[in-house]
Amino acid sequence: MTSPLEQKKIRITGPSVVTANRTWDGAVVYRTADRGWSTALADAAIVGTSDDARALLAEGVADDVGAVGAYIAPVEVKEGGVVKPGNLREHIRSKGLTIDLLPA
Amino acid sequence: MYAYDELDRTLINERVSEFRDQVKRRLSGELTEDEFKILRLQNGVYLQLHAYMFRVAIPYGTLSSKQMRRFAHVARRYDRGYGHFTTRQNIQFNWIKLAELPDALAELADVGIHAMQTSGNNMRNVTSDQWAGVAPGEVEDPRIWSEILRQHTTLHPEFSFLPRKFKIAITASEHDRAAIKIHDIGLRLHKNADGETGFEVLVGGGLGRTPFIAKTIKAFVHGRDILSYVEAILRVYNQYGRRDNIYKARIKILVHELGIEKFAKEVDEEWKLMGDVGLTLDHSAIEEVRSRFSYPAYEKLPHMPDELKQAAADPLFERWRKNSVAPHKVQGYSIVTLSLKPVGGPPGDATADQMDAVADLADKYSFGEIRVGHEQNLALPHVAKRDLPQLWRALDRLGLATPNVNLVTDIIACPGLDYCSLANARSIPIAQELTRRFANHDTADMIGRLHINISGCINACGHHHVGHIGILGVEKNGEEFYQITIGGRADENAQMGVLIGPAVPYAEVADVIEDIVEAYLALRDRPEELFVDTVKRLGVEPFKERVYATR
Ligand code: HEM
Ligand code: SF4
Repeated sequence: MTSPLEQKKIRITGPSVVTANRTWDGAVVYRTADRGWSTALADAAIVGTSDDARALLAEGVADDVGAVGAYIAPVEVKEGGVVKPGNLREHIRSKGLTIDLLPA
Repeated sequence: MYAYDELDRTLINERVSEFRDQVKRRLSGELTEDEFKILRLQNGVYLQLHAYMFRVAIPYGTLSSKQMRRFAHVARRYDRGYGHFTTRQNIQFNWIKLAELPDALAELADVGIHAMQTSGNNMRNVTSDQWAGVAPGEVEDPRIWSEILRQHTTLHPEFSFLPRKFKIAITASEHDRAAIKIHDIGLRLHKNADGETGFEVLVGGGLGRTPFIAKTIKAFVHGRDILSYVEAILRVYNQYGRRDNIYKARIKILVHELGIEKFAKEVDEEWKLMGDVGLTLDHSAIEEVRSRFSYPAYEKLPHMPDELKQAAADPLFERWRKNSVAPHKVQGYSIVTLSLKPVGGPPGDATADQMDAVADLADKYSFGEIRVGHEQNLALPHVAKRDLPQLWRALDRLGLATPNVNLVTDIIACPGLDYCSLANARSIPIAQELTRRFANHDTADMIGRLHINISGCINACGHHHVGHIGILGVEKNGEEFYQITIGGRADENAQMGVLIGPAVPYAEVADVIEDIVEAYLALRDRPEELFVDTVKRLGVEPFKERVYATR
């Protein structure tokens, strides 16, 4: 996964969200429609055009006290509006480690 | 053990209050992330995928039981109950909250532990052989020199804003356990023809995007001159190093571009020009540092105590002893490696309970001392041989007696995509699957010494270039793929591995490694021929054929 931290041009090809790490504890958060952050992907504001993505990102970046390193991440919107991470990296950020911590 | 002086303690404590203030200002919004980033990096704080990561230095890999207990406490109180020992004698905590970091730092400072220069473009933790001071045949304890360099370079302005990070490793044994040839500067202690102690100086090693093996620029620098010589190297680097391009900023690129002869000449000229800048170490300065290292009051013990003779009847004990116990410079004692590579476990991780238990065992059996090596294992450096059977039983109960040191399941792996924001692909699950495939210790024994190294991206934190088998995560159309190299090594004969062919998908990596190992078993000319030697003798072709013929 090319690090999204290297994101330069913003051109999205499908539904996307803005995600970052919460400043005080580093937790993964998603930008919400009411200009806040949430740890639940289900609460994320979903954008479908590059212009909307850019605007949402600008808003997220501006809240530097709330969260750091904001970037745009792809999601999949399943039947019934269920939102899933769009790639493995985002899956891991959203769901946690893919490994068992302790010896099996 | 090394006893810190008042100056060190004051420095560490001041650093904590400084950082507390910086964090406060960050959380209140007074500092932006851009302003804060360099400050947090100076204190070992990174941002990973899910959280902040906190990297703490373990100078030359020596820890007291008290310090280890404090790691356990920090893991429990501020993290999720475990820590990760890295390839550069550091420990990393993966889930620390920024708001609580100053408290964690303060608790560590209490026991003389800090995170200074564990990240950023400065002189990093000066690493050494984890068997320093106890290995038989060592020229002298290399940690004395690591400590002299540490004192000189810590917070020194000239070394705090280098073009890029800078890593030094020191060894004093014939067999290099500190991987000095993949460091920016590698120092090998030895004696010259006159019996004086000094260093062979190597420069320009490093892995990452552009890997190089370090080359010797001076065969002998007298111990008293080592600071001024290192300073001369750093001056040449500071002057010519490529600050304009992060990918070309390491000293290895400069050495490569100038050529080793030209670089050596530049350093020599600088060294002469510098003259005496007050960096020549007099005898008393060296002895002062030496005197701060204390060695246990060893007893006079038999080479072969009865306890050991009796325990030899137990094949499980014997297997562990042959694998994990090494000779000590003092008769009747041993160095015991504690494998942090249990079958199915993440390489290098230890739980808080394990850390506490290791601290207790160190108190009971190793004069309160613990070592950390670049292979991501721990060691107890002074165990009386008569105690080995009891120690083994205790370690076994803790899951720390896996008899796989230096074997195929003793895998070095970086955190990869499970933690790291720079990763292309996962490392840890690959390591876990491999340890399950080779879980049979008889098979692993039969295969013999074989180092597998895994990195989740080209930064090479898992040293994949120098693994006997190296596995590098890459990305292809959003999927995890892995490039496989063979024939690398990180010791005194360090060299880069050779790519065997196209990258393979995640699900096939373990099968491919099994194929490579099977090919080796069929190809080796006798059981003692190590994997790397077979590769050296035959090249990569037969392995390549085996792997790709059916794929
Ligand atoms: C958040 C986690 C980490 C990040 C962001 C990170 C980042 C990096 C980067 C960017 C480099 C390349 C530097 C360069 O070439 O100038 C590097 C090198 C290195 N890292 Fe990490 N790393 C991380 C974790 C680790 C861990 C857990 C270990 C030990 C297991 C480690 C050990 C190393 C080593 C030994 C190198 C040097 C390789 C060389 O010689 O170039 N790193 N790291
Ligand atoms: S090698 Fe890459 S993926 Fe692994 S820890 Fe280093 S930067 Fe992260």
